[in-house]
Amino acid sequence: MYSEIVMDHFTNPRNTGVIEDADGVGEVGNPVCGDMMTFYIKVKDNVLEDVKFNTFGCVAAIAVSSIVSEMAKGKTLEEAKRISKKGVAEALGGLPKNKLHCSNLGAEALSLAIKNYEDRKAGKVKDSDSPKEHAEESVACSCCDAVNPSEAKFCMQCGGKL
Amino acid sequence: MKRVYLDHAAATPVRKEVLEAMLPYFSKIYANPSSVYDLGTNVKRVLEEQREKVAELIGAGKNEIIFTSSGAEANNIAVKGAALANRKKGKHVIVSAIEHHSVLNSARFLERFHGFEVTFLPVDKYGLASVETLERFLTDETVLVSIMHGNNEIGTIQQISELATSCKERGIAFHTDAVATVGSIPVDVKELNVDLLSLSGPALGAPKGTGALYFKKKLRFVPLIHGGIQENGRRGGTENVPGIVGLGKAAELAISELSSKPLYLQGLRERLVSGILEKIPHVVYTGHPEKRLPGHASFCFEAIEGEALLFMLSRDGIYASTGSACASKALKTSPVLVAIGVAPEIAQGSVVFTLSHENNTEEINHVLEKLPVAVEKLRSFSPVWRKKMAA
Repeated sequence: MYSEIVMDHFTNPRNTGVIEDADGVGEVGNPVCGDMMTFYIKVKDNVLEDVKFNTFGCVAAIAVSSIVSEMAKGKTLEEAKRISKKGVAEALGGLPKNKLHCSNLGAEALSLAIKNYEDRKAGKVKDSDSPKEHAEESVACSCCDAVNPSEAKFCMQCGGKL
Repeated sequence: MKRVYLDHAAATPVRKEVLEAMLPYFSKIYANPSSVYDLGTNVKRVLEEQREKVAELIGAGKNEIIFTSSGAEANNIAVKGAALANRKKGKHVIVSAIEHHSVLNSARFLERFHGFEVTFLPVDKYGLASVETLERFLTDETVLVSIMHGNNEIGTIQQISELATSCKERGIAFHTDAVATVGSIPVDVKELNVDLLSLSGPALGAPKGTGALYFKKKLRFVPLIHGGIQENGRRGGTENVPGIVGLGKAAELAISELSSKPLYLQGLRERLVSGILEKIPHVVYTGHPEKRLPGHASFCFEAIEGEALLFMLSRDGIYASTGSACASKALKTSPVLVAIGVAPEIAQGSVVFTLSHENNTEEINHVLEKLPVAVEKLRSFSPVWRKKMAA
């Protein structure tokens, strides 16, 4: 189900923890929908000197957080902002289709942390951004409205093509 | 590494005796039971012997059993078949909110394509359905009620006889999905007072692809698989002879073990449950504490996610199951946990252990050693845990 790289990052997640005096904090998701990530960054001379995270979620969510922290550390803010969900999924050797949204969350949490840093610097300190709910990866059948997993090709209820 | 398999609700090994009984029926004794010559009639006789064994296991008559390809198929035939056969009498069915998908989606199929009205019967915080609630939803149009005997996710065992009797008094057919209970505790269709009952082979140590449906004599139901007069015209298609022989053997073994097995499983389970509740803080034990399947222990570990915990455990050779949204392909919170009122964020940490007679104390101790470490590790970087501890 998961690649070796995913399992490695899940088993030995890099950079877990909290930076108490972080320069920026970004949080996405919520426990109700199953994933929640908080990223903490320390910035020096426009470079991400330290990145740490806390994550509640599945194997993919934890592995994504870990690799995003690794990819971001040592990068300039501009470089870090270019970390995309596609890049994250690729670096992990791929993710199952219904877990791809996790890679999005990782990149999003990091960019929110950077934005939080920039906002603080610009003097417009805001409370941390309210967590955004992510879209559910499921398909409604056009024939009978049943909700099916995104991987299903035919409706599990009426057999209609999805 | 030692393997501790505690996911017997998902799959079981085919028992040695079962496999041995089946082997001749693949390439030595292969005739079609419907063939009129001796090779065929001999197989037909063997088939009927198996039917008697399965009937005996649940206190049924031998003409009240049909063989199916799974518990899910038996549920489909029961719900769709019995409802459709009575459609002229009324078009209302009731299924409990914690049924298996094969019952839930069969009911939704009736709703969508046959104009039935479906009531999803609420249950209490333990997953128990009550006669009072059921009776509030019964109408003159109700033709079928389906409530599962033992729940696969939370282990709760329903008071089926009370619920069924209430329906029988009104002439309403009653079905129970007994996939989790048959072979695990004594099940008797007369005591339960049901009209239809589904069971599954793998739950007994028979191979995947086997199951059976009990239907009370003379009960009408529309077949799902139309074909020849196999199973007295109740289910077309040449019978899965090796599988049925396996199911018969498994039923025979289950009958001989039913006096000792539940107590053994319950002892192991209690060891597991009390150990977990003692060693790990902030855990919810889901389902009914006493009225539950003897080998079933289900929990929600707060502030962590079930799939992640399963993978941590599998690295220690421990195999279990989860009802977390992340692990479901549709990324939906388990409807069973929602129905018993578990908060969605807590439901994410669901883990289910299902034991068999092949498990032992040493294995449970292994779980009690590894599980707290895995939970602690995941909590060490969980923002939900951090907030919980700060509060």
